[in-house]
Amino acid sequence: MAFEKIKKFISRKKQIPGDLWTQCPGCSKTLFKREVEDRKKVCPDCQYHFTLTPLERIDQLLDPGSWTELWADLESVDALKFEGDVSYLKKLASAMKETGQKDACLVGTGKIEGHELVFGQTDSRFMMGSMGSVVGEKVARGFELATEKKLPLVFVSGSGGGARMFEGCLSLMQMAKTSAAIARHAEAGGLFISILTNPTMGGVMASFAALGDVILAEPRALIGFAGPRVIEQTIKQSLPKGFQTSEFLLAHGFIDRVVDRSCLRVELAKLLDYLVPCSA
Amino acid sequence: MGDTSVDRDFEKPILEIEKRIEELEAFSQKAGVDLSSEIEKLRARANEQKREIFARLNAWQRVLLARDPNRPDSTDYLTLVFEDFLELHGDRAVGDDGAMLTGLCRVGGFRVMLVAQRKGKSTKERVACNFGSPHPEGYRKAMEKMRLAEKFRIPVVTLVNTPGAYPGIGAEERGQAFIIAKNLLEMSRLRTPILSVVIGEGGSGGALGICVADRLMILQNAYLSVISPEGCAAILWRDASKAPQAAELLRLTPNELKELGVVDDILPEPLGGAHRNPKEMGDTLKAALVRALDEAVALPLDQLLEKRYEKYRRIGYFLESEQRRLVASGAPPGGP
Ligand SMILES: [Zn+2]
Repeated sequence: MAFEKIKKFISRKKQIPGDLWTQCPGCSKTLFKREVEDRKKVCPDCQYHFTLTPLERIDQLLDPGSWTELWADLESVDALKFEGDVSYLKKLASAMKETGQKDACLVGTGKIEGHELVFGQTDSRFMMGSMGSVVGEKVARGFELATEKKLPLVFVSGSGGGARMFEGCLSLMQMAKTSAAIARHAEAGGLFISILTNPTMGGVMASFAALGDVILAEPRALIGFAGPRVIEQTIKQSLPKGFQTSEFLLAHGFIDRVVDRSCLRVELAKLLDYLVPCSA
Repeated sequence: MGDTSVDRDFEKPILEIEKRIEELEAFSQKAGVDLSSEIEKLRARANEQKREIFARLNAWQRVLLARDPNRPDSTDYLTLVFEDFLELHGDRAVGDDGAMLTGLCRVGGFRVMLVAQRKGKSTKERVACNFGSPHPEGYRKAMEKMRLAEKFRIPVVTLVNTPGAYPGIGAEERGQAFIIAKNLLEMSRLRTPILSVVIGEGGSGGALGICVADRLMILQNAYLSVISPEGCAAILWRDASKAPQAAELLRLTPNELKELGVVDDILPEPLGGAHRNPKEMGDTLKAALVRALDEAVALPLDQLLEKRYEKYRRIGYFLESEQRRLVASGAPPGGP
């Protein structure tokens, strides 16, 4: 295979031009970027699922041209005047510059195989996908819109940060706010499919991400309440292999399916066909 | 009360005077000398010191007070505030979590379902209560009892006092995040009034898991925080010993929480803190609960639920639209 030859050549030269090559965090192999991208950003060797940008995720899941973003102008505020070594405002500014987004969450409308729906995601690259007032507000509005329009809601979570520390208890209360909005959507008979990606932790996992009627997870994602390091420090022993992974949660009965990224759109369409028959 | 004494630098002037009073009292009794006027003077000075010191407590000092093992715990309020407690055990699935105390009781003529986090007093009790850190079965137990209360239209009163939901292997295996999330969802729609009081530590999701409420109250020297000051300091500076600085940043004190629109009422504590006069604290708590119960039961249920939804729906600060309109739940001093 041509890729293999180039890889050998490159490893001989012991340098990786950043724009063409990437190293797999799963198996440490040097991979040709285009090959990874052609495979929905999954490592061909170890099936490691690379982090997707929100637009890549939309490309992979939604019908072409169906996506309309809503409330994109919502912007975080430093209500606490949080001035650590780096202030919250500076952190926000650099996250905005890195991602070109105003915060860690995108919500809008779109279609999957013709099924109209509200679609949302957290971006784990923006302050670790943590939930502050803006994320909480967008999630709540998404569910309110879905309730009003009688639409299903599909949400892809990726959040290592959980509730955003820099907004203190305002972040904590977003957990209650999003869960309350989901309760209303559920009471109105709405369908919510929650998709967990690497990582989904803390306050995001202990609120909206856990409340799907159906919960899917990408393989080997880190999913849980407390961070592994916090647990290790508390119990003073090291954690078993595979702890807090998608497969671990499947084995303990908390999620419905572990789904490879390549099958995600097909499986979503099938679920929507089963559970939202009237919109077909 | 427990017998663990806690050293807090900022209380030293008070403790010194109190010690002197004790000495004088002992001496006056032994020697049969009347020292009452001296003792009275010292008492007045102690009170003056308390007023002065407690008027300017910083965030970290409040955290220390909130964690004081001598502070009244849920079990103390069982007799100070409530009557006729009938404990109900178990989560109907896995076990009976000692960190979550649940049962029926009365307060000021109301029947209520009490759901209270419990830290325990003696070392043995504290171990049995896992130091106030519930496992998933604790949150499930809380919801089971709240469901029972809903069925019979009995208001729910929750007392929050936890360093946080337990971070352990079993807790993750049994779905800590999933159970807490479910509580948030179900409490938002529970068809009976819910009143919550943070009586000590309000540790993040572990606290929130039982305090989605129509009214969220907090004692003057309690705190509610998205992360422990130690955890915050570890993230910011890789140094948990900087917890006092982190406590300032997190805006976790009752006054700040009220300004942010997170809590509804602050309940004043007796001079020098709840542990110095548990009875007075109990009276204040009872009066506040009865007042809030009166209000909550007067509202038609649908209205109550609408209000509960709106209360949480509004919490948050952000800018919206080109005019950069500020949407805010409270009004921080000076505005953001
Ligand atoms: Zn790989």
